[in-house]
Amino acid sequence: MIELDDVLVTAYSPDPDGGEDRVARLLGPVTLRLTEHRIAVVGANGSGKSTLARLLNGLVLPSSGTVRVDGLDTAADGRAVRRRVGFVFTNPDAQIVMPTPVEDVALSMRRLGLSADERNAAARAALARVGLADRADVPAHALSGGQRQLLALTSVLAVEPQVLVCDEPTTLLDLRWRRVVDDLLAGLEQQVVVVTHDLDAAARADRVLVVDDGDVVFDGDPADGVAHYRDLMANVPA
Amino acid sequence: MSGPLRPPWSGPLGLYHPGTSIVHRCPPGTKLVALAVAGLTITVVRGPVSAVVALVVALVLQAVSRVPWHRVTRGLVAVVATAVLAGAYQWWARGWQVGLEVALDLVALVLLATLVTATTRADALLEVLARVARPLRHVGLSPETFALACGLFLRAVPVLAQTSLDARDAARARGLERSPRAVLAPAAVRMVAHARATGDALAARGLGED
Repeated sequence: MIELDDVLVTAYSPDPDGGEDRVARLLGPVTLRLTEHRIAVVGANGSGKSTLARLLNGLVLPSSGTVRVDGLDTAADGRAVRRRVGFVFTNPDAQIVMPTPVEDVALSMRRLGLSADERNAAARAALARVGLADRADVPAHALSGGQRQLLALTSVLAVEPQVLVCDEPTTLLDLRWRRVVDDLLAGLEQQVVVVTHDLDAAARADRVLVVDDGDVVFDGDPADGVAHYRDLMANVPA
Repeated sequence: MSGPLRPPWSGPLGLYHPGTSIVHRCPPGTKLVALAVAGLTITVVRGPVSAVVALVVALVLQAVSRVPWHRVTRGLVAVVATAVLAGAYQWWARGWQVGLEVALDLVALVLLATLVTATTRADALLEVLARVARPLRHVGLSPETFALACGLFLRAVPVLAQTSLDARDAARARGLERSPRAVLAPAAVRMVAHARATGDALAARGLGED
């Protein structure tokens, strides 16, 4: 279970008039208990939804308040939290660090204490499960955008995290790959928290959070959440 | 007509070409030690004859490995250009023997190093580096982190090249191809952004935290 207690995230922001840096509120205060299997987070660009996602595995630490995953504090037990919570980014290129898919997946497994041969075999098996077996040895940059995102997902899932957080994993993908990634996420046993602009995907979640201007302005039923978000977005920004 | 496009150069760690040659089957640690010995020998033994021998050995090993030439030569273009310039200068300053030796030594060394990365998986190289770096534990450094840092350093080479090309294309598209600032400034900003994003991704995967 993920618990956010009175979490506030702030950051220094330059004063446009050249004065001292100001403290800007990015998110919160937020108090949440995330227990559902599929949770979607929707919101406008810059609303704070990525900050919310990054809080969940300690990539961002709260300025005040606490975030706990299965009782582990992300500030005090960051390493243990990141072993439980996998994170997938929008752009897979920053996430893929090895030259070939099989090596990138094997890299994730280094911390499992497996031998090189075991890692190699497990990485190939993981790639085969997502349909990338025949791409295991090609240069990662030669993969299509959809295949790279699938590879990034496979690398994270290879160490079997208990929770998966995805920050707009389908934003850069075409419709076909969007469906492939959505189907993969839908079939996972893990708890999945997805930040998304895809309202169809959000509507299929068990719970939807709508974030606007640093606040969680809706938390509940997916259909109502999507409708709430549509109403918010009906207003053209000033 | 320029023929089919090739994918962008993927850097020293991206050269690996699967194979079953004797060079491929040689243990990665042995290859690295052999490379170090070859480097030392090439540097210490003077004269154009030894430089020619070193280059011939490198070319023979290259042929034995059966790694396609185009995979090796793409990364060598800049090295050959540098070798020609350095050799020409040494020729002018110290005579043709020294010029030839400098140019051929440089090409032979880089060819041998390229052969190691072309016949060894990046994962296997990191494994060796982590093993070699074990003594660093005594000074509080993690060997795994050291190996990962070396891998990322080499991985940054093609990323830097691609980022510079992207920045140049963007400058061209705006008619600013003659402005160094229009290329260098965005390339630098993008590299910093890439480094930060890579750091976030590694942290998110729990890598480099041992």
